[in-house]
Amino acid sequence: MNKYFVKIEVKLKPLVLDPQGKAVSSALNNLGYNKVKNSRIGKLIELNIEGDSEEEVKESVTEMCNKLLANTVIENYSIHITEDVNA
Amino acid sequence: MPKFGVIVFPGSNCDYDCYNALKNILSYECEYVWHEEQDLSDFDCVVIPGGFSYGDYLRTGSIARFSPVMESVKSFAEDGKPVIGICNGFQILVESGILPGAFLKNNSLKFVCKWTNLSVENTDTPFTCSIKPGEIIKIPVAHGEGNFYIEDHSLDDLISSSQVVFRYCDENGTPAVSSNPNGSVHNIAGICNPSGNVIGMMPHPERSCEDIIGGTDGKLIFESVFSWIESN
Repeated sequence: MNKYFVKIEVKLKPLVLDPQGKAVSSALNNLGYNKVKNSRIGKLIELNIEGDSEEEVKESVTEMCNKLLANTVIENYSIHITEDVNA
Repeated sequence: MPKFGVIVFPGSNCDYDCYNALKNILSYECEYVWHEEQDLSDFDCVVIPGGFSYGDYLRTGSIARFSPVMESVKSFAEDGKPVIGICNGFQILVESGILPGAFLKNNSLKFVCKWTNLSVENTDTPFTCSIKPGEIIKIPVAHGEGNFYIEDHSLDDLISSSQVVFRYCDENGTPAVSSNPNGSVHNIAGICNPSGNVIGMMPHPERSCEDIIGGTDGKLIFESVFSWIESN
């Protein structure tokens, strides 16, 4: 059994309006950062997980994303797996 | 006599309001159902109340949908029995896929707590059958994530199959943008499943059942389902 470190990025789909992102980009504009044209807010979820292979971990994490971690009606997700060096 | 079950999750906070409206104000039979229970055979109607189940962690309603009772709610609904999800209850029904769509943060980014006018778009459901077509009812909202979202083509399906039950409107019944407290598509405040027995609504009927707190239009929802159960 190997140890892996997984980062999952969950973002609102491009067509879904993001009120938080809008508020943040206008706050940045108000601070004088006028070159900021847009901002989107998402979530970063980190997992420490054990598995036999990266493929197995990927399959299992994909299932977790579809079941719980993301709502695929409004969100997309991406999964990044590395070996857990700190474990 | 029809018996109501009010589901209680860790973090529900409108469970007592629902119980009080049903039991003490309307004098119906009503019991709490802890979220770990699985037997709903005693009940004729299930109420999923508002609150912050599981602290709204991850997404509103996303963790409550895995509570043991939700499988039973699903089969209860599939049997055609009436289920109503109010506020967080609506969010749980959407997360569990019993109702379509999803919720986003209010477009104002603020928690909104106020009275809203609702146009009743479908009076042919168990929960609206005692309401006259075209009637405007006044029920309060209290939520931070009531911004109902659904893709355009699915919205068209919702509308054409009369699954839009309540829309935010002004006093004359016009669904104006200014009457929409959260930015929901099509001013949607409540929807139902294709067969109409499952309803989700953001406004709180249980908080508008007594004149002393500002209005009694919420009673229409519970009285509707009571008479629907009695006549079925």
